[in-house]
Amino acid sequence: MYCIPGKFYLDPWGKVDYAVISHAHADHARWGMKHYLCVDDSKAIIKHRIGKDISIESLPYGIEKSINGVKLSFHPAGHIIGSAQIRLEYKGHVTVFTGDYKTNPDNLTIPFQSIKCHTFITESTFGLPLYHWQDDSVIQQQMQNWVLNNQQQNKTSVFVGYSLGKSQRIMSLLDGCAPMFVHNSIYQLNQVIRNSGIKLPKADLWQAATNKNDIQNNIVIVPPALLGSHMIKRIPNAAIALCSGWMQVRGHRRWQAVDAGFVVSDHADWNGLISAVKATEAEQVYVTHGYQETFARYLNGIGIAASEVKTEYGTNEDTDTTETEIPKTA
Amino acid sequence: MKQFAALIQQLELTNKTNAKIEALVHYFSIATDKDKLWLIALFTGKRPKRPIKTSLMKEWCLEITQLPEWLFLESYSAVGDLGETLSLLLPPPENDSNQSLHEVMQDLKRLNNFSEEEKKSYLLNAWNSFETHQRFLLNKLIGGSFRVGVSKKLLVNALSKYSGIESNQLMHSIIGNWTVNDITFEELIQGNHINYDNSKPYPFCLAYALDKPAEELGEVDYWQIEYKWDGIRGQLIKRNNAVFIWSRGEELVTKQFPELVEAVQNLPDSFVLDGEILAMKDAAVLQFNDLQKRLNRKNVSKALMAEVPVNFRIYDVLEWNGEDLRQQPLAQRQSHIQSIIKPEYTSVISQSMSLIVKSWDEVKQLRNDARNQNSEGLMLKLKQSPYHTGRIKGDWWKWKVDPLSIDAVLIYAQKGSGRRSAYYTDYTFAVRDGDQLVTVAKAYSGLTNDEIKEVSKFVTKNATEKFGPVRTVKPELVFEIAFEGIALSNRHKSGVALRFPRIARWRKDKPVSEIDDIDSVKLLIAAKS
Repeated sequence: MYCIPGKFYLDPWGKVDYAVISHAHADHARWGMKHYLCVDDSKAIIKHRIGKDISIESLPYGIEKSINGVKLSFHPAGHIIGSAQIRLEYKGHVTVFTGDYKTNPDNLTIPFQSIKCHTFITESTFGLPLYHWQDDSVIQQQMQNWVLNNQQQNKTSVFVGYSLGKSQRIMSLLDGCAPMFVHNSIYQLNQVIRNSGIKLPKADLWQAATNKNDIQNNIVIVPPALLGSHMIKRIPNAAIALCSGWMQVRGHRRWQAVDAGFVVSDHADWNGLISAVKATEAEQVYVTHGYQETFARYLNGIGIAASEVKTEYGTNEDTDTTETEIPKTA
Repeated sequence: MKQFAALIQQLELTNKTNAKIEALVHYFSIATDKDKLWLIALFTGKRPKRPIKTSLMKEWCLEITQLPEWLFLESYSAVGDLGETLSLLLPPPENDSNQSLHEVMQDLKRLNNFSEEEKKSYLLNAWNSFETHQRFLLNKLIGGSFRVGVSKKLLVNALSKYSGIESNQLMHSIIGNWTVNDITFEELIQGNHINYDNSKPYPFCLAYALDKPAEELGEVDYWQIEYKWDGIRGQLIKRNNAVFIWSRGEELVTKQFPELVEAVQNLPDSFVLDGEILAMKDAAVLQFNDLQKRLNRKNVSKALMAEVPVNFRIYDVLEWNGEDLRQQPLAQRQSHIQSIIKPEYTSVISQSMSLIVKSWDEVKQLRNDARNQNSEGLMLKLKQSPYHTGRIKGDWWKWKVDPLSIDAVLIYAQKGSGRRSAYYTDYTFAVRDGDQLVTVAKAYSGLTNDEIKEVSKFVTKNATEKFGPVRTVKPELVFEIAFEGIALSNRHKSGVALRFPRIARWRKDKPVSEIDDIDSVKLLIAAKS
């Protein structure tokens, strides 16, 4: 996505000179840009994932920077730590690019902030009326009950979620329930996040050498790449749970032979998407990655001018491509 | 419904047999007798008449949610199950019902006599009283059966573990004639109802595929060698002058084969035969393709019976004059067949002859020739073997001919249903026809989950057209398709029909230019006859 007057790109896939990044997931923040601009909370994570030596600058949420006459600012998107909507103003016309966002509040991220604009570019990962998230307190209850139930059966609770975002969310939902262990990729990220001044619940490093007795009956959080691996088989009496918005649909829950599926998503649900769009009062909506065709058609049907834009951002929140593509910087 | 919903959730999430049995045993130990009976009824396909049409359910859901119909259909295609789509689209319930499975089923039965308005008010209230998962189950209970990966065998094993009663007897009990209202749970598992049940079949004895060189089975003389016929395995039962035909899927198919029933009516009482229902004309076995025309029809016309006559090929005798023969050796059981075969009925009832061989080499030759007999291979049965219950290793082996195979390219893909709805799992393949492509087969199995994900990704990126849920895909991925048989067919555009097609492997090494063409595929028909 290119800003013509500003001469910069938003979350680009090709290698460009000036990239403005909405958040640090690998399908949005990619390797090989000459210069990066992001929000303060994302800077350390992007450097951790892409490289220490990249040219990168950051802004606090809400502070404007002018680039070639375009006023640019970042605003909380509620998706993961350091996720931002990008607001662009040029000659009085305001455009907002959401990246990924979540409207339901959680305990971890700065809640999504609605911004009035003329043009709104929204994601649509869960752009079907099937998807309705429950409050975090309800999901938290379900997850903690599951852990307690596992403990009674002498089982270790293993949660699967991608390392940036979902893992910290799981940690926060399970805080105080039982001692937590995390896979190295998550552990490293946690360190980076803590170093940038954000508080996370305690979670110890889990590795091949960790004593089985330490983790037995407790909680282990692993990235999706570990499903079915030898490493996961070492966990004593493991009961495995997937955490993802897709878990709302039975077919997805049953696809992978796991013991439980919890509907924990970092994206907006159907009502979240619609309320976000309406709140912007935008004249024109562009719908990107997800059910863009469906969501755009629906918006047009309710009198909001919308069209779809094809992008290559991932729509599967289960797979954060970083895990497979750029592990060397970890 | 809460206990029932918890059980289903456990059954769905695991693919470990023991965990499923554990979940069922737990349910049997906490549920009321009526609930247990309903569970058994539902899992054995005894479900009441559908009280509400799904089209009405959809209409009412649209009324409540105010969603446009196209969006409903998009959602349906993402979920792959109507009952689940409804349950997810509806707003969260305002009430919390504690109705049991039994109470819900009684309500549903009563609905049959209700007016449409009354049905609507019942359902809207029920939708508003159950959380999403229970609501989904309610919709399934109304709309039809649902698959949770629990076979009758698994159910019986759990019942047996719970009650201590032998599983064979339980299998008889649960597939016999009973309804929830005329039996107690205790009577059902004790089998009080099955003694006077003329129709009860025996569990089929099944064979494993031969997994070692035939020579290792020992002396060829100890073995009875037969063709393995490719029809409908069935049990033909005559007791007290009543005739029943059960299919292997434990379904009563008596009405589909009137000529068999007529012939058996004229034979002396009483017996239970194991055999294969085959399409046969002029003493030659026809293809399964032909037999299919006879299946699942409400009315069988004279013309159809003349076009595709069926024959019951007897493999075994399980019961004779009321005596259960299953523990006798095979040879002894089969001695009764001769008194069943009557010259005037040989076109309808015949014996699957054992083949005369002197060595394993001769057996191999017969196997190589099996396809010419429209047989799918050989059965090797120990002459001394009893008629086992279920699949037991050692006494019986099936030794199928090697499958045929072709290389074809993926051209259409569709998301599966149920647990497969997350990915494109249903594929259509084509071979070359001049400079065009022509579809030859659909296949749904043979890939690993990881491969399915990879293909799904390709489909998403390379879909060129959309027909409802079907995506046209750039013809690029080549697969080896294996199948059991091939026949000319004028119902198929390609002119051929494949039997049991499945994906043998993904030929990542082959470009689309190297797939087979339709003429070479047709040569496979010529080659075998």
